[in-house]
Amino acid sequence: MNILYDERVDGPLPSVDKPALLAALREALPDLDILHRSEDLKPYECDGLSAYRTLPLLVALPERLEQVQALLRLCHQRGVPVVARGAGTGLSGGALPLSQGILLVMARFNRILEVNPQGRFARVQPGVRNLAISQAAAPYGLYYAPDPSSQIACSIGGNVAENAGGVHCLKYGLTVHNLLKVDILTVEGECLTLGSDALDSPGFDLLALFTGSEGLLGIVTEVTVKLLPRPQVARVLLASFASVEDAGRAVADIIAAGIIPAGLEMMDNLAIRAAEAFIHAGYPVDAAAILLCELDGVEADVQDDCARVDAVLRQAGAREVRLACDEAERVRFWAGRKNAFPAVGRISPDYYCMDGTIPRRELPRVLAGISQLSETYGLRVANVFHAGDGNMHPLILFDANLPGELERAEALGGRILELCVAVGGSITGEHGVGREKINQMCAQFNSDEITLFHAVKAAFDPRGLLNPGKNIPTLQRCAEFGALHVHHGQLPFPDLERF
Amino acid sequence: MTTDLSQQLLEQVSQALRQGTALRIQGGNSKAMLGRPVTGELVDTRWHSGIVSYDPTELVLTARAGTPLREIEATLGEAGQMLPCEPPHLGPEATLGGMVAAGLSGPRRPWAGAVRDYVLGTRLITGHGKHLRFGGEVMKNVAGYDVSRLMAGSFGCLGLLTEVSLKVLPRPRQCLGLRLEMDARQALARLAEWGQQPLPISAASHDGEALHLRLEGGEGSVRSARERLGGEVLDPQYWGDLREQRLAFFTAPATLWRLSLPITCGVLDLPGQQLIDWGGAQRWLKSEAPAATLRALLAEVGGHATAYAPGDDSSAPLDPMTLRYHQALKRQLDPQGIFNPGRLYAHL
Repeated sequence: MNILYDERVDGPLPSVDKPALLAALREALPDLDILHRSEDLKPYECDGLSAYRTLPLLVALPERLEQVQALLRLCHQRGVPVVARGAGTGLSGGALPLSQGILLVMARFNRILEVNPQGRFARVQPGVRNLAISQAAAPYGLYYAPDPSSQIACSIGGNVAENAGGVHCLKYGLTVHNLLKVDILTVEGECLTLGSDALDSPGFDLLALFTGSEGLLGIVTEVTVKLLPRPQVARVLLASFASVEDAGRAVADIIAAGIIPAGLEMMDNLAIRAAEAFIHAGYPVDAAAILLCELDGVEADVQDDCARVDAVLRQAGAREVRLACDEAERVRFWAGRKNAFPAVGRISPDYYCMDGTIPRRELPRVLAGISQLSETYGLRVANVFHAGDGNMHPLILFDANLPGELERAEALGGRILELCVAVGGSITGEHGVGREKINQMCAQFNSDEITLFHAVKAAFDPRGLLNPGKNIPTLQRCAEFGALHVHHGQLPFPDLERF
Repeated sequence: MTTDLSQQLLEQVSQALRQGTALRIQGGNSKAMLGRPVTGELVDTRWHSGIVSYDPTELVLTARAGTPLREIEATLGEAGQMLPCEPPHLGPEATLGGMVAAGLSGPRRPWAGAVRDYVLGTRLITGHGKHLRFGGEVMKNVAGYDVSRLMAGSFGCLGLLTEVSLKVLPRPRQCLGLRLEMDARQALARLAEWGQQPLPISAASHDGEALHLRLEGGEGSVRSARERLGGEVLDPQYWGDLREQRLAFFTAPATLWRLSLPITCGVLDLPGQQLIDWGGAQRWLKSEAPAATLRALLAEVGGHATAYAPGDDSSAPLDPMTLRYHQALKRQLDPQGIFNPGRLYAHL
């Protein structure tokens, strides 16, 4: 089923008179930068999920809050859909434009308004890059903990919209755990503050509800994040295993020993070889799996924990355990993992990154299932895994130039996510549903649950003008998607075993 | 005791929806001093009880809403784990459902997070008479809206919680309380300074005479922090007594207020007795001052106050915009207004 907006199953969109809208915007907001020629719109036709592209009707590049407010009011009056975009690094198509909607680019709101070391918070505009916050806090020995791998480029507004994660979530949490306050503009252009400068606020926890709502409930205009003292030291252990089962067991054993690593990452053999060929991190290329275990905190504790983890890893059957001897080696160990995606990009013309989560105990079963699916679909899969928090990133290798390969990769990806749901997991741990996983939402939630999500949306945006078609599928789409599954004859691969 | 009574609860809700009856959801009734009294047919969740699943290596516990909090804490304790948000029981019968609905967190809150931070998934019976599941038993899950975390602190006004999955953590290897004699102003200044350093502080309170600190972590970090900070060793009972409001401070006759404040706001001159908690971000106040007076003083510093006395003045009022979205959400999730009507606010 096509992933682009399909009015037949995603609901009708208002037809917008582009010249009239452009004229109205120019009249109301003479100093607002608006792009409208197709060659200017082209760079905005996709976000980080570049396989799917739609030219937006218009692109607005506001610089001031009042411009956003006036634009939202005008769009609300005229019934024009609005898709918000930050840095455009999202991997699920959350900022995929609509041909009948305005793309509202918040990237120019890039000022850090306040870094308060005593209060351990930073107040920033939504277009500020994730890493820029930690850089601004660094002189005070503080940092902002969530570190998605796109942190050099991704914006905090997008992080809030997607509830972004990273490699340190098990210990430090996701975006939702590291926010104090978010100011938003509602679809009607009204200012609403979620959370507060205190640790809680009266009434319902609208901040928790809003975080990860993918631009469907409001537009982020300011974010107050918590800052943490930078840990004194960080050490990393690299362990290699003869089987993924052993590696999976080692992860459980580390947790059972009462240790919460700052990062705990697993890579399978294909990912190890790709990363090693690219980065020369010193990974054992013959290992079935490696674990990277980072421990951070106060020097004395980290030393003790390194010794404990070393013993646990060996007990669990590690063939080899190496402690990075210095900071350079630690960075090198991580470089292999952090560059796993581009490394895979070197051994395959294209790859498709999945984002399912599972209870950790299901790892061997899910990996076996993925390997079987990989064989059935005739596509290789490299597995990179935030093992500490059960977040898998299977990378499906394919060649978009070969007819049918993209479709096969998508179908395989969909099956992997359904497998995650079947073992009690989720279709997305940190990348968001966006447009990419809109069909798989129907596998994770039943129609009553989807209906309740629509009710939440209706409380904030009853006319459905903010980012229509993302995050929550219509019941019509689920009916159609479900039908695909029920009637096996219609499946592209009818002989495929279901899990 | 393990009983799945979700079918009966669903039937009770369905009947209430058919007849338009208001429901008063109650677990151990240990948080009745918060919010407003509700009139309605009693939904007693205590019989829907029992731990559904717990695997210490997954760091996840799932239990039915009526499960006693003490049973959950005992089970976790046996495996060397804990609820990091240290939820106050405030009564022997406190339940998991009540803990989530009230959303109260204990002394570890500023360092470890609140109840909502540990809610991974919920099952709830909705105002449309459906028994639904949101979130799950995995640490990371961004599919759909985070309905589960929204339930934390909603006082049962948005649906009937039947089951909750929580993230749990290992207990720290070492725990040590310290008492450092200094005044409140000095204590808050020191805390602001220490907060920027990687010290293993997990609770900080000032009782008017001394700063009480709790250090938690590995042997090395606790030992070196103890050497550096000095002071005398504190009876570990202090933190439990603070959490459960058993300290002498709480026995004074005046109304008890919980003040939630920006951590930077310093010493506050308010009518009544104060006890500093959460490293300054939460203050307990015993005061006879009128609610309006206190709220006006708090608004100036960006904080809010909750009275631990049932009535219209208990919950801090919402600004008109925020109230509008609360009402819209209530109308959408509980269109007939059957769940704890008026528990938090008169028209909610």
